Amino acid sequence: MSNVTAPAQSGVVGKFSNYLDERTSISGAVKEFGRKVFPDHWSFLLGEVALYSFVIILLTGSFLTFFFQASMTPVHYEGSYVPLKGIEMSAAMASTLDISFDIRGGLLMRQIHHWAALLFVASIGLHMLRVFFTGAFRKPRELNWSIGFVLFVLAMAEGFTGYSLPDDLLSGNGLRIIDGMVLGLPVVGTWITFLLFGGEFPGSDIVGRLYSLHILLLPAFVLIFIVLHLMFVIIHKHTQYPGPGKTEENVVGFPILPVYAAKAGGFFFLVFGVVALIGATVTINPIWNYGPYDPSPVSAGTQPDWYIGFADGALRLVPPHLETYWFGYTWSWNIIIPVLLLVVFLAAAFAYPFVEAWVTGDKREHHLLDRPRNAPVRTAIGAAGVTFYAVLWAAASSDIIATHFKVTMEGVINTLQIMLIVAPIIAFMTAKRIALALQKKDREILLHGFETGRVVRLPGGEYTEVHQQLDAYDRWQLVSYNDNAPIMLRPNPQGKITAGMRMRASMSRFFFEDRIAPVSQEEYKQALEHAHH
Amino acid sequence: MRKNMSESKATRRNGRRGPLASVALILIGLVATGGAYAALSTASASASVDLSSPAVIDEGQKLFAANCSTCHGQQAQGTANGPSLIGVGSAAVDFQVGTGRMPMQMSGPQAEQKPVQFTDEQTKALAAYVASLAPGPAIPAQSELEGGNVSNGGELFRINCAMCHNVAGAGGALTEGKYAPELKGVAAVHVYEAMLTGPQNMPVFNDLNLSPEEKKDIISYLTYIQENPSAGGLELSNLGPVSEGLFLWVFGLGAIVALTVWVTAKSN
Repeated sequence: MSNVTAPAQSGVVGKFSNYLDERTSISGAVKEFGRKVFPDHWSFLLGEVALYSFVIILLTGSFLTFFFQASMTPVHYEGSYVPLKGIEMSAAMASTLDISFDIRGGLLMRQIHHWAALLFVASIGLHMLRVFFTGAFRKPRELNWSIGFVLFVLAMAEGFTGYSLPDDLLSGNGLRIIDGMVLGLPVVGTWITFLLFGGEFPGSDIVGRLYSLHILLLPAFVLIFIVLHLMFVIIHKHTQYPGPGKTEENVVGFPILPVYAAKAGGFFFLVFGVVALIGATVTINPIWNYGPYDPSPVSAGTQPDWYIGFADGALRLVPPHLETYWFGYTWSWNIIIPVLLLVVFLAAAFAYPFVEAWVTGDKREHHLLDRPRNAPVRTAIGAAGVTFYAVLWAAASSDIIATHFKVTMEGVINTLQIMLIVAPIIAFMTAKRIALALQKKDREILLHGFETGRVVRLPGGEYTEVHQQLDAYDRWQLVSYNDNAPIMLRPNPQGKITAGMRMRASMSRFFFEDRIAPVSQEEYKQALEHAHH
Repeated sequence: MRKNMSESKATRRNGRRGPLASVALILIGLVATGGAYAALSTASASASVDLSSPAVIDEGQKLFAANCSTCHGQQAQGTANGPSLIGVGSAAVDFQVGTGRMPMQMSGPQAEQKPVQFTDEQTKALAAYVASLAPGPAIPAQSELEGGNVSNGGELFRINCAMCHNVAGAGGALTEGKYAPELKGVAAVHVYEAMLTGPQNMPVFNDLNLSPEEKKDIISYLTYIQENPSAGGLELSNLGPVSEGLFLWVFGLGAIVALTVWVTAKSN
């Protein structure tokens, strides 16, 4: 560590680096991190997009805090937006209007902030899908999946608290729905909303409280979890797609310094550029249209931001009149069921890696990613989950679907109600069959090569098409994957078969009953011999 | 330089006509014909039609018999296919016919807007005929449509109209395939008439509910938001978070994914 001889101290940079290193021993860290290797694939950048969006959100959000007043004190707006002049509103709303119309660059910052927030959650979602479908959550990364999942929930919470801050009509309506959902919870609901809103809705506390959460507590948690998430990425090293020269023991790619850092740094500016361009040219959340919050009006086409849409959709799809009167209380199943549905859905996403690990009983580490086709049931479960989410999501815009596709509102809702149950099943079966079919195709190509289109006539008069074998590089990709067979139900050392074991065996059958085994070496040799005859 | 300029000026003065003369002449011609046309057409639009004149009412009756009576009856008394128009007033006729909703093209959840079928004079004649049958709400004067208080209008709009028409007047869905139409591009006089007569699914906002002054405020607000587009850029039809989310997923994330592919493409 110590540079006793202090070589090559020529130039300002050299001297400065040496000065720094002698006092901080930073060269050790630079050496360690600088040689970290990152494999190059576009889908590995999606998580980075989320990180960069968060940086953009922090920067623009800090600007906004300079001018925003998180107070529900009534004031009369006297800024430059004519249609709201003289209207009574909260200081929060008035200051947001000032940011939009009277503070230089304010509207741009607000719009970049909001667009970046939408991008933040969207890129997290896409990143999660990539991780899911490639099996990147397998050992040793199950915990990092959990951390990522927490980040996803935190991002939604950040988004929702931010959406509620301006105290305009739209955000007030959103809060009213949350209030209603909490009120619908049995026994504790009423007391929780009193706690949340400091009394009856809307009260005069909620904006201040949400502000503390939005700019202090939630970002702190997001930051902590991002640090944990990235630490794990470094500890585990990055996953990679299977390919020649890529094994479970190595990582093939570029080191952080100098290549990857430059690429990633440049990519940050590309992301910032895209968000800034959208922020500069496309209106988002025009609070001046919505006006100040007032509990009486509700605008047609009131929806939450996209990432809360699935929750709104669940509320829209639940059949009406689901209420019972028990023990002197009304039990609002039309609220309890959607809330449970969302909790179960999110819990399933959270728990999936652990469930799959239990079912497969696989204790090995996996650093090579799966191609989605090589894990047909996982891919099918993912497809079903995406479809389920998408139906709920579509339901949140049922009214817009009705007006823009000229269909009836009732028709849209009823169709989506049926689809919520049927579509995931269809998606599951379709995705599984497609994955199996693709595996079959891979197997066929491996054993018999691909058709060249060249037809030859044999001496005996027989016509045959010449097949060409794959080269070694392509073959590698098609044979190197894990094959899971259903586990056998065997008695444990005590000679018993427990219910848990039965459960696991049946789950294992569900996962791996239909499978296409990878081509073995013998099969391949036989096929080659056959081809030569 | 200076000398050159003065020389060229001198040559210009020597000509019989200045070089801008023909341009000026064309301009005068255009202004004169355009102005005259505008004056004449506005005159024919409203000023010249006297709704109480018997000739106009007669004309309206003929048009009514030919175009409306199949459903509304020979005396506008109504049939099984269409309601009675006695007492609906000239405002209702001017709205329904003037926006192209009547004559109705086909039965459906609600009468769709289609290209206007009558000239303004014919519409007014029809209105005069229906108004002559019984007293009813009249077509508002131009003075009732302009110069209201925009911010008061905005507040009234949010309270009374936004739940169906959306805060920015972008329209919204109702039950059974009915909908509240978009208000962008709707003439002020038609907005007033709609409030007054409550066409189709819309409730009537009578003068006790919304005074003429308040109606004027609402119309002024609508005019203002139409003439002053969003300060933030593209409005995405003012549909709210759904169109914003769609935009982000398609264009925002689309661009980002394209960039990720680009950034990692070179290495292969």
